[in-house]
Amino acid sequence: MSRQNSSAAPVQHGAPAPVGGSLTNAATLVSGVLVAVMAAILIVRFVFGLGAVTNLNDGYPWGIWVVVDVVIGSAFACGGFSVAMLVYIFNKGEYHPLVRPALLASLFGYTLAGVGVIFDLGRWWNFWHIFWPGYANPNSVMFEVALCISAYIVVMWLEFSPTFFEKFGMAGAKKKLNKVLFFLVALGTVLPMMHQSSLGTLLVVMGVQINPLWQTQLLPLLFLLTAISIGYGVVLFESCVAASAYRRSIETHLLQPLARVMLGFLAFYLVVRFGDLVWRGALGEAFKPTVVALAFWIENALFVAPFLIVGSAGARRNPARLFLAGVALMLGGVFLRLNGFLIGYDTGPGWNYFPSVPELLVTIGMFAIEVLGYIIITRRFPVLPREVQPSRA
Amino acid sequence: MADTSLLKLEEDESIAAASRRLGMSRREFLQFCAAMSATLGLPQGAEAAMAGAVAAKKRPSVIWLHFQECTGCTESILRAEHPTLEKLILDVISLDYHETLFAAAGHQVEAARHAAMKANKGQYLLVVEGAIPTRDGGIYCKIGGKTAIELLNECAADAAAVIAIGSCASWGGMPSTDPNPTGATGVSKVLGKPVVTIPGCPPNPYNFLSTVVHFLTFGSLPPVDELGRPKFAYSRLVHENCERRAHFDAGRFAMDFGDEGHRKGYCLYKLGCKGPETYANCPTVLFGDAGGGTWPVGCGHPCIGCTEEGVGFQKPIHMVAKLKNIEPPLQYPRIVEEKGTGATLGSAAVLAAVAGAAAGAGAMVAKNLGLSHQAEEAEREKERARSSEKAGV
Repeated sequence: MSRQNSSAAPVQHGAPAPVGGSLTNAATLVSGVLVAVMAAILIVRFVFGLGAVTNLNDGYPWGIWVVVDVVIGSAFACGGFSVAMLVYIFNKGEYHPLVRPALLASLFGYTLAGVGVIFDLGRWWNFWHIFWPGYANPNSVMFEVALCISAYIVVMWLEFSPTFFEKFGMAGAKKKLNKVLFFLVALGTVLPMMHQSSLGTLLVVMGVQINPLWQTQLLPLLFLLTAISIGYGVVLFESCVAASAYRRSIETHLLQPLARVMLGFLAFYLVVRFGDLVWRGALGEAFKPTVVALAFWIENALFVAPFLIVGSAGARRNPARLFLAGVALMLGGVFLRLNGFLIGYDTGPGWNYFPSVPELLVTIGMFAIEVLGYIIITRRFPVLPREVQPSRA
Repeated sequence: MADTSLLKLEEDESIAAASRRLGMSRREFLQFCAAMSATLGLPQGAEAAMAGAVAAKKRPSVIWLHFQECTGCTESILRAEHPTLEKLILDVISLDYHETLFAAAGHQVEAARHAAMKANKGQYLLVVEGAIPTRDGGIYCKIGGKTAIELLNECAADAAAVIAIGSCASWGGMPSTDPNPTGATGVSKVLGKPVVTIPGCPPNPYNFLSTVVHFLTFGSLPPVDELGRPKFAYSRLVHENCERRAHFDAGRFAMDFGDEGHRKGYCLYKLGCKGPETYANCPTVLFGDAGGGTWPVGCGHPCIGCTEEGVGFQKPIHMVAKLKNIEPPLQYPRIVEEKGTGATLGSAAVLAAVAGAAAGAGAMVAKNLGLSHQAEEAEREKERARSSEKAGV
């Protein structure tokens, strides 16, 4: 691991540049194997159907392929959105070096979430129906989510395309795109706000099947607030892991204020969350001796944890603490979504769901694709900011 | 209050005479008329009119021609399971010419036919059994030196009505199947005008009798469809009133003769039952009047569609029928849905392994970041000490 000496600081942030280096290492090989396992399982799934692979049933028609791959996967992919909002809406240009790596993670997260939906569609060959006006049901939450996420995926690829234009020396195309980029950036901020909140609305329409700890009219707001703060958490996580894995210096001077913004959103979220619970009189549920109540407390402990980890300015200087705060927040987001969609979801007596091994392996494979793709693109394409390497033996 | 006109007829002398003639009790006779009226779908009061007509009216003269056939239609009428049905038929009509039943032969029979036609000119019923060969001038079927075409045209000229009995006379039947060497054709095509058809191989004798009694009572034939079939008997698919229909709707099919489904009386659709594309009242009055439950589907054989042109004798017996109303799906939902299993040892182990690996990796990253932070802080401390030293000097 890098032991920086004082002569290296502070690092100048140049234009983005490929990290370089070999593409065959332990991380890519393990990811490759996991992706291959996933592909094999998916062949079985598409030939013999969902029942052959998953533990889904009529009571639990949505398993981890929806909840983890799509709902949580797209929340994790909010880094690009959160940072772009900070840079372009609140005009904080100093965060600009974080945009591209965050956008890359978002791009992968969302594209895989979009593909992941097809795995979970029973009659997946009809997936195009949702884009066909004759089949559209404009009153459906799912329709809004599907269209909005699809549009956002396209917008993000366009937003990210300058990276490819630079790589392949297409200066003309980049120049043309730059003229309309402001419009794409605006769309790229509005669209995630729409569908991240609608992912919460999906739970609202499930009514009393959702435990009162999660069933509230404010779900869209709760999902949006957590998605934004998770976005910052992911940036902390991703910057720290990239720095650790690529032996780069950490943009601590950017991450410190970013962590403060994150805590601001989180504080607002917790006020709304508990205010809503008290106002609805649902907090009593949390004190019943149930697994659901335990899951509720784990979820909220994880949302409170960042305040304890990086609450003070001194603590925020420590990248290890920034990393742990990011992880805690991401896990909190995981629990909020798992709790709402699966753990706190009761569809009647007798119904049961726990993901099967092949189901788990597909979800793991999806994350492996993200890791693999992130490594390949950052090593070969100009994503991470170029840095003056500290003198090192 | 029920219509009592039928009960009043019990005292009627002519009814008493008719029942004596038929060898049945008065009550049996009236019940029979009521049942026949119901079969025809006629309004209240019609049964009384029918009983009166059978008892009092002059029996209509019937000339019965045989062409290319097996005499099965006649056999089925004569050997009707109902003990008095054949008596009733022979009592209701005056069968003046019938080759099978005549004791006489040769010129004597021809003379009888001519005499009947002359005596009942414009009033007799012409019943045709069997297809008419039309190839090579119709030479493949001759009676008394005349071809079937000549005989038919001669007898039909002065008939009050023409009834084609059986599938052969209705649309060509078995003799008209490919390659149809004799050019066998139905009655209406040869005459060039629509006639009443009672298809079936053989048709149910009730359908014939009801048609004739309708003619006797009201002076006209019952309403027919575009193929000349009386609507009371041929307006519904066999499939619609089939006793096995519930099995079809539930997706329970016999897949093989003698398999479990076949022994349990499941739907015969997949064995080639033509009920879904065959219009006939076999499920309600039972095919062939052979006794309760003994119609083909009732005893486990698929319907062959004998009444339906293009189906009976045309489609292979085990070819799956073309459904006229709804295609059954390939798969049906289960009656009792699987409710899902909880965590298995394997899936829990995979999840635990992933969580453990992630926690381990996270801890390592945090540790490394912490160590580099410590080193950095120590360097900074040293730097500060050095600069303060310099300042002190």
